[in-house]
Amino acid sequence: MADQVTLLDFWPSPFGMRIRIALAEKGIKYEYKEEDLRNKSPLLLQMNPVHKKIPVLIHNSKPICESLIAVQYIDEVWNDKSPLLPSDPYQKSQARFWADYVDKKIYEVGRKLWTKKGEEQEAAKKEFIEAIKLLEQELGDKTYFGGDKLGFVDVALIPFYTWFKGYETFGNFNVEKESPKFIAWAKRCIQIESVSKSLPDQDKVYDFIVEIRKKIGVE
Amino acid sequence: MTTNQEEVKLLGATGSPFVCRVQIALKLKEIEYKFVEENLVNKSELLLKYNPIYKKVPVFVHNDKPIIESLVILEYIDEIWKQNPILPSDPYQRSLARFWSKFIDDKIVLASSKSVFTIDEKEREKHIEESTEALQILENELKGKFFGGEEINFVDIAAVFIAFWIPLVQDIADLQLFTDEKFPKLYNWSQEFLNHPVVKQNLPPRDPLFAFFKARYDGLLAASK
Repeated sequence: MADQVTLLDFWPSPFGMRIRIALAEKGIKYEYKEEDLRNKSPLLLQMNPVHKKIPVLIHNSKPICESLIAVQYIDEVWNDKSPLLPSDPYQKSQARFWADYVDKKIYEVGRKLWTKKGEEQEAAKKEFIEAIKLLEQELGDKTYFGGDKLGFVDVALIPFYTWFKGYETFGNFNVEKESPKFIAWAKRCIQIESVSKSLPDQDKVYDFIVEIRKKIGVE
Repeated sequence: MTTNQEEVKLLGATGSPFVCRVQIALKLKEIEYKFVEENLVNKSELLLKYNPIYKKVPVFVHNDKPIIESLVILEYIDEIWKQNPILPSDPYQRSLARFWSKFIDDKIVLASSKSVFTIDEKEREKHIEESTEALQILENELKGKFFGGEEINFVDIAAVFIAFWIPLVQDIADLQLFTDEKFPKLYNWSQEFLNHPVVKQNLPPRDPLFAFFKARYDGLLAASK
């Protein structure tokens, strides 16, 4: 039976981007369905009744929700090429830890950079820069977090790069100044085809952030 | 099976639900390990060395290599010691187990704690509502005796917080968050789980833990006046 793979997604979502990259890395053909988050499709509500959120990966009618869980699933099912997680259990545990760190520190804190102001924003900026520096330290001299090739942590992290223009503009700082090695890593990642074709343009994402800020009333 | 007790260490604190998860998994797989009781008010150099990022327990150390975050530790343990598996072998079932464990961490643990340890009445009501909603979702999801079916699995172990800690802290605030009337299946599950031979011997003593949380609760009340 031919595999049927569908991705319910929303173009600026860094979580959706993770799954797009993983599918591209493995060369999996899939149907991309853009969701209107103000008018969620019956399919989305049926496939993710608990959170009603994107992204949702659907494989032969079975839904997998939560981006990192979906990426691990993809890695386990399509295990014949481009492994994303290391085979060594200890290295695997470290990859899982750092991907979780990205969720806790980059997404949550990054969000405050363009939704908050004053002291709260300043505190978020400090935390964000600290997190980037720690990730930079973890990267070390490696080409990617996965070593010679793209790995789980790279896939978890690189989508947020598309949001940097927004973070930097509204947070009033420059990531490259703070962490040149981090930006060098990001630029290496987007040279990879599976990444570049999965990520939207930074300017487009920036315009999107500007629009939301207006909608939610941040001035 | 470990040959040398020194190879496997768990830095923990009696009373931590996250440490408890790891202890249950280790016991289920009959892995011998050294438990290092950490003083969380006065953290040891060892803890700070092994977990400089969060400075928290549990820290699992295998052959001098540390692993942190309880669910990450559980996955590692399951991969190294294959007896009595706690995660299913089928990738789709594994994704479901990971989903529900994450759900417990994201939607139940914090919200239920805040249902007790929050002074502001409106805030507290919000947390109670969130916890109740989340517990209901879990109630609907439970199909068998355990989340793992006939035997306990990854999700059951993650849910130890619900079985032991929620009833304990809700008593302090006289809250009826998790009851057999509201969640009959989940309540039943909690009784089966707490009586499971492996789980039973790895739960912290109730009275000192109750006293600890009561002191925290009283402190919170006093500070708000």
